[in-house]
Amino acid sequence: MAESRVALKRSEVEQLKAVCREFNNDPGELINVLHKAQGIFGYLPAEVQEVVAQELNIPVAKVYGVVTFYSFFTMIPRGQYPISLCTGTACYVRGADKVLDEFKRLLKLDVGETSADGKFSLNCLRCVGACGLAPVVLVGEKTYGRVSPDQVREILKEYGYEV
Amino acid sequence: MQFVKLTIDNKPVEVPVGTTIYKAAKKLGIDIPVLCYMNLEHMGIENKPAGCRICVVEVEGRKNLAPSCSTNVTEGMVVRTNTMRVLNARRTVLEFLLSDHPKDCLICPKSGRCELQDLAIKLGVRKIHNEEIAEMSTYKKDFSPSIIRDLDKCVMCRRCETMCNDVQTVGTLSAINRGFMSAVAPAFEMDLIKSTCTYCGQCVAVCPTGALTEVDHTPELVRALADPKKVVVVQTAPAVRAALGEEFGMPAGTLVTGKMVAALRRLGFDYVFDTDFAADLTILEEGTELLDRLTKHLNGQPTKLPILTSCCPGWVNFFEQQFPDLLDIPSTARSPQQMFGAIAKTYFADKIGVKREDMVVVSIMPCLAKKYECQRDEFKTDGNPDVDFSISTRELAHLIKEANMDLNNMPDEDFDNPLGESTGAGVIFGATGGVIEAACRTAYEVYTGKKLDKVDFEQLRGLEGIRAAEVDFNGFKVKIGIAHGLGNARKLLEDIRKGKSEFHAIEIMACPGGCVGGGGQPLHHGNSEILAKRAAALYREDANKPIRKSHENPMIIELYEKFLGKPMSHKAHELLHTHYHDRSPKIKIKD
Repeated sequence: MAESRVALKRSEVEQLKAVCREFNNDPGELINVLHKAQGIFGYLPAEVQEVVAQELNIPVAKVYGVVTFYSFFTMIPRGQYPISLCTGTACYVRGADKVLDEFKRLLKLDVGETSADGKFSLNCLRCVGACGLAPVVLVGEKTYGRVSPDQVREILKEYGYEV
Repeated sequence: MQFVKLTIDNKPVEVPVGTTIYKAAKKLGIDIPVLCYMNLEHMGIENKPAGCRICVVEVEGRKNLAPSCSTNVTEGMVVRTNTMRVLNARRTVLEFLLSDHPKDCLICPKSGRCELQDLAIKLGVRKIHNEEIAEMSTYKKDFSPSIIRDLDKCVMCRRCETMCNDVQTVGTLSAINRGFMSAVAPAFEMDLIKSTCTYCGQCVAVCPTGALTEVDHTPELVRALADPKKVVVVQTAPAVRAALGEEFGMPAGTLVTGKMVAALRRLGFDYVFDTDFAADLTILEEGTELLDRLTKHLNGQPTKLPILTSCCPGWVNFFEQQFPDLLDIPSTARSPQQMFGAIAKTYFADKIGVKREDMVVVSIMPCLAKKYECQRDEFKTDGNPDVDFSISTRELAHLIKEANMDLNNMPDEDFDNPLGESTGAGVIFGATGGVIEAACRTAYEVYTGKKLDKVDFEQLRGLEGIRAAEVDFNGFKVKIGIAHGLGNARKLLEDIRKGKSEFHAIEIMACPGGCVGGGGQPLHHGNSEILAKRAAALYREDANKPIRKSHENPMIIELYEKFLGKPMSHKAHELLHTHYHDRSPKIKIKD
């Protein structure tokens, strides 16, 4: 995973420290702490991991090990409009792969990437529990059901996508 | 203690509850092959992630095969270690491990000492199925001043991670990623040089394959030896003489001092000197500093106690990175390697009329951190290092063999003068507790003005990770702490940080056992008996020396008279002392 370096604001560091305190600075709660941290920052840049390591008193290499082990965690900033495609069994058999290909083609992005302007990021997830709507696409909090490849452009246009 | 009975390969055996199948089999003389497993018995640390699956065995009534390194025995268990099913599974596992492993064994630095290679030989692998569909990994190699990481050869045994985290508590290496991408790396996959690595080399010492190896300086050394314009001076660390013989088939604990000197001379070194000389010099500087701080303490003047030894470069890296708030506590004395270099390229170079740039100083060290230490900027004059390069005990063994020599056939020869003269105090630097014992021998006599009746301080010896002892300086009880292994050192340092430490002086060595267990020594596979034998060899050499106290070394006395003045003089400070840097990782914060 690529190294992403940012400088955190003092207030952000304090916010992170508060999250760690919430879990009693317990090294056993590393995953929960990271989960919450990613909720705040949208991703886990190196500095966030360093603060967490320092607060939980564990090596930063261990934190990085956990971040890179679980596919949920990411070190790449999420786009303004994060696009998530369900590639669970039901969505997959109903053509999620073709929908995904269309997103990739139009956005010129691979799964896990964020567009250069920071607007869109593309990710896959497994089953959102709406198999009746398969294939399912999420953009931010909004859900789109029974999506076909030819609808992809329309969806993107809602978020200011221009060819 | 409760016992359980079981049979392994039809042989009955009784072992305590909680014993693994692997250990029970060992008791019967059955050697189940292992790869990821590592047992550091004397430290109470076992690496058994059960990740490699080489050690699988068949257990009656159990569906799948059991990893014997991490499966405990049960009453009445029936185990078979060599059935067709086991042998097939073991071979398949090994073939998978080999399928994406580079096949450059012939030119691999670990060739001949590689445990993966040994397994391939043991299991008689002649073809690797699935090789054509295996994708080779292409990690970039990481070249640090001491250690090379070549992760294409990593088998994910995670022994290095155990050494780095559990034993040394350095925390540089961790398993990262998953599946085919998994590897052991520093945080954010940064290079070692940017990480908190101390270069202690304990990861290299336990790596079963060529994934972690030392930087090899022998080609440069051979070039220097062949250059008629260069005067090549060598110094040998105390621990080397107690282990080098092992590489030539001698039993652990064989002293090869004289043979080593003979071999070095035949390799073409112009002067064969001893780091022990510089160890004696270290004692005069460090011992004087200790007495200076103790006297101030007793007079109620402001000073810093405890004083910490500073001869171990892995340890120096550790406190610079992890305890930057305590930089004023360690002695400012340079390590013997660096003191030697500084004296060789000034005093000795002048004496023989050789220009600094025409002299090459080489050190033979049991250590990988020494390779980094001699490259530090503070040990250079106009870009020219005091010690040009450092080679490990293992590299020296290679070099001797390459030059068609067998250490077994060497005569015993003596070191050259003047920098080859040393005392028994200098030689015990190589064992944990040795530096502080050597310091006590001198400090006692200087402080009390009396002769020591007995120079052996047995209370300071041993292999216990943390030791405490009192030495009576004429009624004043000097409290001494000793730690070896950085994990143990951390405990003593945290006490100091909390103001809880009662010690006046602490000796710290980064490697378990001290330098005898250094990262550059012949591989000891965590066997503490080997370490104890090497240490005993050093104490034997000490006991047989005519002079056993550093301040009585005639060449040291002459050096002070003719060149340095007295310990801690201006000149001594310039050449023999150093300063430390805060190298702790900093988190970037925007205001």
